[in-house]
Amino acid sequence: MMFLFIAAPLVSVLWQSFHVTKPIYEQVEVETCVPGLLGSSCVIELKTRPILSDAGKIITNTTYVGLQSYRNVLQPEKLRTAIKNRSWREFTNIRFWSALRFTLVFTVLTLPLVLGTGLLIALAVNNTVPRLKGPVIFVSLLPFIVTPVIGALAIRWLFIGDGILTAGLEWWLQKDIAMFAQAWTIELMMYIYRVWHVAPFAFVVFYAGLQTVNQDTLEAAIIDGASRWQRLRYVIIPHLMPLVVFLTLIHLMDAYRVFEEIVGFSSSAHVISLQWLTYEFLLQDGTGARAISRASASAVLTMIGIAVLLAIPLRRVWREQRGS
Amino acid sequence: MSGPAHRQPLSLKALSNGFLVFWCLVAAFPIFWITVMSFKTPIDAFDSNPLRVIMGPRTQTDVGGLSLLDIVLALALTYVLIRFALKWLPGKVRSFVPAGQMGLGWLIGCGTFGLVTLILFVVVLPGVLGVLNPVAGPLGVDVLGLTTEHYEAVWIDRGFMRNFTNSLIVTCGVVSVSLTVGTLAGYGLARSDSLIAFWLLILALVFRALPHSVLVAGYLPYFISSSEWLAPILGEAAPTLYGKPWAVIAVLVAINQPFTIWMLRSFFQNIPQELDEAARVDGCSHFQAFRLVIVPVMWPGVITTGLFSFLLAYNDFLVTSLLLDAQNMTMVPAIANMFNRETTASDEVQAIAAAVSITAPLFILVMVFQRQIVSGLTAGAVKG
Repeated sequence: MMFLFIAAPLVSVLWQSFHVTKPIYEQVEVETCVPGLLGSSCVIELKTRPILSDAGKIITNTTYVGLQSYRNVLQPEKLRTAIKNRSWREFTNIRFWSALRFTLVFTVLTLPLVLGTGLLIALAVNNTVPRLKGPVIFVSLLPFIVTPVIGALAIRWLFIGDGILTAGLEWWLQKDIAMFAQAWTIELMMYIYRVWHVAPFAFVVFYAGLQTVNQDTLEAAIIDGASRWQRLRYVIIPHLMPLVVFLTLIHLMDAYRVFEEIVGFSSSAHVISLQWLTYEFLLQDGTGARAISRASASAVLTMIGIAVLLAIPLRRVWREQRGS
Repeated sequence: MSGPAHRQPLSLKALSNGFLVFWCLVAAFPIFWITVMSFKTPIDAFDSNPLRVIMGPRTQTDVGGLSLLDIVLALALTYVLIRFALKWLPGKVRSFVPAGQMGLGWLIGCGTFGLVTLILFVVVLPGVLGVLNPVAGPLGVDVLGLTTEHYEAVWIDRGFMRNFTNSLIVTCGVVSVSLTVGTLAGYGLARSDSLIAFWLLILALVFRALPHSVLVAGYLPYFISSSEWLAPILGEAAPTLYGKPWAVIAVLVAINQPFTIWMLRSFFQNIPQELDEAARVDGCSHFQAFRLVIVPVMWPGVITTGLFSFLLAYNDFLVTSLLLDAQNMTMVPAIANMFNRETTASDEVQAIAAAVSITAPLFILVMVFQRQIVSGLTAGAVKG
């Protein structure tokens, strides 16, 4: 049962990515006559229209196209010219490659920020008076629990136009700022949003880890004359190391799926991610058709990407498990 | 952390607490700010002076606002109600309701409480204040601009109510289906130690990693053409699944199920096996043992798992926006459409009001279930 729900769509995605379903068209001569003063004038046109079946449905034809859909997504010729010309702009003009670039940079860049912020908050909460801990945890959970699209929108509303924070920045830097005019500021806001959104999760996990730090080891370290920093570096952080690995894995998976930010910041004209690319193919275009074949191809490529990305940390975990 | 060796210098303490205050500000500010904005007229909401956004002078002159007396009374009432809910309500529910129907009792208790709160704030408070404000002198003069027109516009004119119902259908469907399957499968797996558990964990991980768009790309063509391939089974009445909430529920459950089963399994493992063995010795059938012995003690785990299913279904944008048609739209994609279409500043404030409406249930959720959420988050880390 579960295999049906899980394996079936994956197989069908693979299958779809090698096939294209198209309506079959026929060419017919259509004579249109316009009544005029001197008898009617007739024009014979060659029109293309989809063949209808007896039930009035459009007959479609599914053909095997091999890697054509992949080629449509990857656009190797354009890539080749871009590399030949060493032109970064041409490279990022191809949607797939610019999506890949953004997704990878986003994933890698936010990871240390999230881990660092989470750890700092956890240490600070651990350090504060017990009465305050409950309310602080409550407030910290808010960004994590809020609907991602809404969270991104909330940040967008703070910055859009002369939003409150943009106005503040302008006043501070004495310079006119438009946060939504260029790609890099939008990207910057996405990083900020992601750290804001995910740091609470890292915090909660680290905080739970801090509760189980062996107090005897800490005492021993103090007796040995370890400074505060050394205690953190050599006792607490090694203790939290498994959690760091866990959070890294989860974060790689989640950040690689980056999608809601694109919706919330309406950035599809400037910055897109891999998942957005698939989404865009799946949406109906002007004629009501969906590019399912291309969507599948990009979905398969996305899957390969996450497999490669996770292979490195997973192999390390595997080796450590075997070693111990 | 006690004892002289742990004593920290004042500077470090100040630094850590200062950082904490800073973090809390950063964490809460965006949400707080959009809440404030949603109550103002567009000119005030998008003013570049923060003080004007909070006080809302234009809103006050155009629509009206709250006097000092209003604010004090409303705050006092809120405080009393919260005290009441925390101190008095649980005891009352416990004393009135027979032990067997605790869930129903809580439902009724909370429902009544919500209703009373609503009546107090919408009917009683404005009535009392309408009499008091004119006689209160300077205390009764409006100082804080406030308007609920955007909420009215969103919920009544724009039919946000329908989106809300759709969200309700989808989330309830996802939570109930995945919990039913999850409890049974999790219980079964917890009582049979086989290799399945390991593979389940791997599967849950794979699903965590899989971008949701991949799954949707797999499902979408079949949902669109479902009336054709379901016709041999269901005959003429075969539905087109595309656009219906059922399709979304199916996909979201598929995404969520491995995680749910795995979490519930690890929870059931903490219930000692002696418990159901004792029930079997006393003559219960296998199913009776589950129903009479396990069900009463399983609620904490089920609630935690259910919370995460709820969050997944409630927060989802990708699956719902691709698989639902306009009539069955849930709240989150609906609001995205709303601001893509926006033309005037007033539309934008309405979108903000809608966003706040979506966030409010989550806010309450964190308030009530904070402990379960934290324990659920950490459980994955500790066991994984």
